[in-house]
Amino acid sequence: MTAFIDIAALEDIPRQGARLVKTVLGCIAVFRTADDQVFALEDRCPHKGGPLSEGIVHGTSVTCPLHAWVFDMNTGQAQGADDGAVQTFAVRLEAGRVLLDATRLARRSAA
Amino acid sequence: MKQKLVVVGAGMASGRMLEAVFEAGGNFDVTLFNAEPRGNYNRLMLSPVLSGEKTYDQIVTHDADWYQAHGVDCRFGEPVVKIDRANRIVTSNTGGVPYDALVIATGSAPFIVPVPGKDLPGVVAYRDLEDTNAMIAASRPGARAVVIGGGLLGLEAAAGMAARGAEVTVIHLMGHLMERQLDPAAGYLLQKDLERRGIRIHCKGATKAILGTDRVEAVLLEDGTVYPADLVCMAVGIRPEVRLANDAHLDVGRGITVDDQMRTSDPAIFALGECVEHDKQVFGLVAPLYDQAKVLAATLLGQQAAFKPVQTATKLKVTGVDLFSAGDFADAPGREDIVFRDPGRGVYKRLILEGAHLIGAVMYGDTADGAWFFDLIKQRRDVTDLRDTLIFGPAFQGGAQTDPLAAVAALPPEAEICGCNGVCKGKIVTAIGGGATTLELVRSTTKASASCGTCTGLVEQVMALTLGDSFSANANPPMCKCTDHTHEDVRRLIKSMGLKSIPAVMQDLGWKTVGGCASCRPALNYYLIADWPMDYTDDRQSRFVNERNHGNIQKDGTYSVVPRMWGGVTTPAELRAIADAADRYGVPMVKVTGGQRIDLLGVKKQDLPAIWSDLNAAGMVSGHAYAKGLRTVKTCVGTDFCRFGTQDSTGLGIQLEKLLWGSWTPAKVKLGVSGCPRNCAEATCKDIGVVCVDSGYEISVAGAAGMDVRETEFLCKVTTEAEVMEVIAAFTQLYRENARYLHRIYKWVAKVGLDWCRAQVEDPATRRALYDRFMLSQSIYQTDPWADLAAKPADWAPIADLTLRAAE
Repeated sequence: MTAFIDIAALEDIPRQGARLVKTVLGCIAVFRTADDQVFALEDRCPHKGGPLSEGIVHGTSVTCPLHAWVFDMNTGQAQGADDGAVQTFAVRLEAGRVLLDATRLARRSAA
Repeated sequence: MKQKLVVVGAGMASGRMLEAVFEAGGNFDVTLFNAEPRGNYNRLMLSPVLSGEKTYDQIVTHDADWYQAHGVDCRFGEPVVKIDRANRIVTSNTGGVPYDALVIATGSAPFIVPVPGKDLPGVVAYRDLEDTNAMIAASRPGARAVVIGGGLLGLEAAAGMAARGAEVTVIHLMGHLMERQLDPAAGYLLQKDLERRGIRIHCKGATKAILGTDRVEAVLLEDGTVYPADLVCMAVGIRPEVRLANDAHLDVGRGITVDDQMRTSDPAIFALGECVEHDKQVFGLVAPLYDQAKVLAATLLGQQAAFKPVQTATKLKVTGVDLFSAGDFADAPGREDIVFRDPGRGVYKRLILEGAHLIGAVMYGDTADGAWFFDLIKQRRDVTDLRDTLIFGPAFQGGAQTDPLAAVAALPPEAEICGCNGVCKGKIVTAIGGGATTLELVRSTTKASASCGTCTGLVEQVMALTLGDSFSANANPPMCKCTDHTHEDVRRLIKSMGLKSIPAVMQDLGWKTVGGCASCRPALNYYLIADWPMDYTDDRQSRFVNERNHGNIQKDGTYSVVPRMWGGVTTPAELRAIADAADRYGVPMVKVTGGQRIDLLGVKKQDLPAIWSDLNAAGMVSGHAYAKGLRTVKTCVGTDFCRFGTQDSTGLGIQLEKLLWGSWTPAKVKLGVSGCPRNCAEATCKDIGVVCVDSGYEISVAGAAGMDVRETEFLCKVTTEAEVMEVIAAFTQLYRENARYLHRIYKWVAKVGLDWCRAQVEDPATRRALYDRFMLSQSIYQTDPWADLAAKPADWAPIADLTLRAAE
């Protein structure tokens, strides 16, 4: 089951930037690329907990602001020599609105 | 039985000849005489030895192991005194050696001006290591040296001694320096450059006598001028060393006469190098000598070869002086000039055309296209079609090529890259294809850039073109993995191509990634801000988090907030406002910084707009404690309170901070202003420091107290506060326009040289222009980011809160 929740207008997120969504699982960073793709990642670098939402977005990657780990936003996998991953969440664009898949969040809150 | 080959003289020509003989498997018993008590070294590199950039060991080309490996009987320190042609025996001061073939490579002797005093102790030539060592010994700081002769050699001697701290005067007989290689305009630029380095130049000066009783004391000129001197270097020219050949009754003109096979009038005796005359021509540059070496090696091996002198190009090996000349550049009927001048950058280029052909080129200040022009001259190519844009070099031929490698890419395979060793581009490419993937390997397999080294950059460009991504020059790697361009190239191309946005840079310079990376984006954003203040809009998303959020991110994701305290001066009202803010937002730590202000650490992101608003309301603005920009101006109390203060250092510091704040720079910039030489503001370890003295203000730059610790170097002294402000703003702008991103001032100055910086800010017009450009940029960027950003606090909070929804 999927449950997409409308969280914001695309325009509320800066291009090559991110905004935060507070959830029971912690903060989720919702990114917007230069060509208006959107991604949602756990806002916590597996290395030292850096806020990925404050990283520099390039292509479909983001670089952690604390120690420059680079993550592929499609998979959440760290790139290059670094080993680690962040959770990704499904996210969808509909008529200029950003929808986030809250399935996992809902299940957690229902439990 | 092996042939007996005797070689007289272990110089660069005979060394290269022996290499060629052994490489071809020549089977000789070789005896090598040398008057100097050592083997072959790279004489072209004596100038870097003199200036201290290299040591003797680094310029040895053949060491004892090499001679031993090839079975060479070395007789170093044994001058040959006689050749017995009838019995084929050469005699040195220790005995005779028979020969089947004899090679005379005695080189040249310095020409000594026949004036009274020429034999005094302290008068040296500039030919060998002994001369070089004598000059090094005499070049202690403060010593006075006179160089007679403003040609290639004399100027290298002068620059080398000046680099060691000696006070150097060059006396030159002609109207301008290096008149055989340069036209008057380029000679003038060279003179200005050398004068800026503190070398005095006296042109049209004829030496009348060298004065002194026990040793040299001064030089007297015909016009009556006297220059005191602890050392005199005669560098007016060389003449072939032919005494041995004369005594043996070989045919000798100006040099030992040789034919195309390098054979003298005696069929068993050969000669090569600076001692020979071929077709009425004598030789002083190394390239034709190496050609002779190849020809003679072939002749000795019984192969067909003929020596044909080729044109050579000249470069001066003085660090920081960039000049190039090739071909014929004298004025003559039927010749036309194309001239390009950029006085601001000290660039001069002149091309000499005769009919449809380029016949000469003189370049000063920017010699990147030298090899291409030289090739056009040698190929005698018809340049009629290129004429419109010829002076702009190969990058501008045939459309919109702007790749910095284009100049080298456009060279044909037979174009010469290394003039010393006559190595063409094709040979380097072949060597690279054969596995020579590092500069060292290219050097050892082709000899390219192995002699004077001025073509190293070109060789690296050929390597970059051939190897593509897999090559990165040690000296200057590309900006990041997104591009092959260096920071310097990108800066230059942004200006020359008029690129005014990050997408434009990435498109036109062929970025290999989409959207760059976290390394190049902030750099590009800075370059565009600095170069196009009126046209470019700061891209917040290309900023590192600290500059995007105007606070230093801490390990737990909180931020620090540091309000500006002008010159480190605050008030009770400001302190109360800071204390209130700290209470209101639960700031976990309040700390005094090293830059004389107060740091509020541990502020949550969503609280930033509110705390900024509170501080703004008390009259405070962002201290940019997070910025690659102006940080602080540290001051002491100066004349207002201090009994030692000589000037109002606090007031001057405040004025400087108010002038400079808000400016973005390649890396952080910290200033200090001390009211007297006791230097309580520690101004001499800052990026820019001012030390007040009774008579004015001493400005010094390029200090550091971080990963590297350095004392500042003196830039200049001025007498008024207004001048301090103008010089420092101009210097800051010079740094903003030229340095690579993240290079602190000391790193940048080490690269471009303090002398160059000083020349820019000391020239009134250049200084004013820099100051004006700085102020223009300040008119846009000197704004308080806190005030702007605090206006939209919603942007700093989460965009949605699903914890509430989940709780429903």
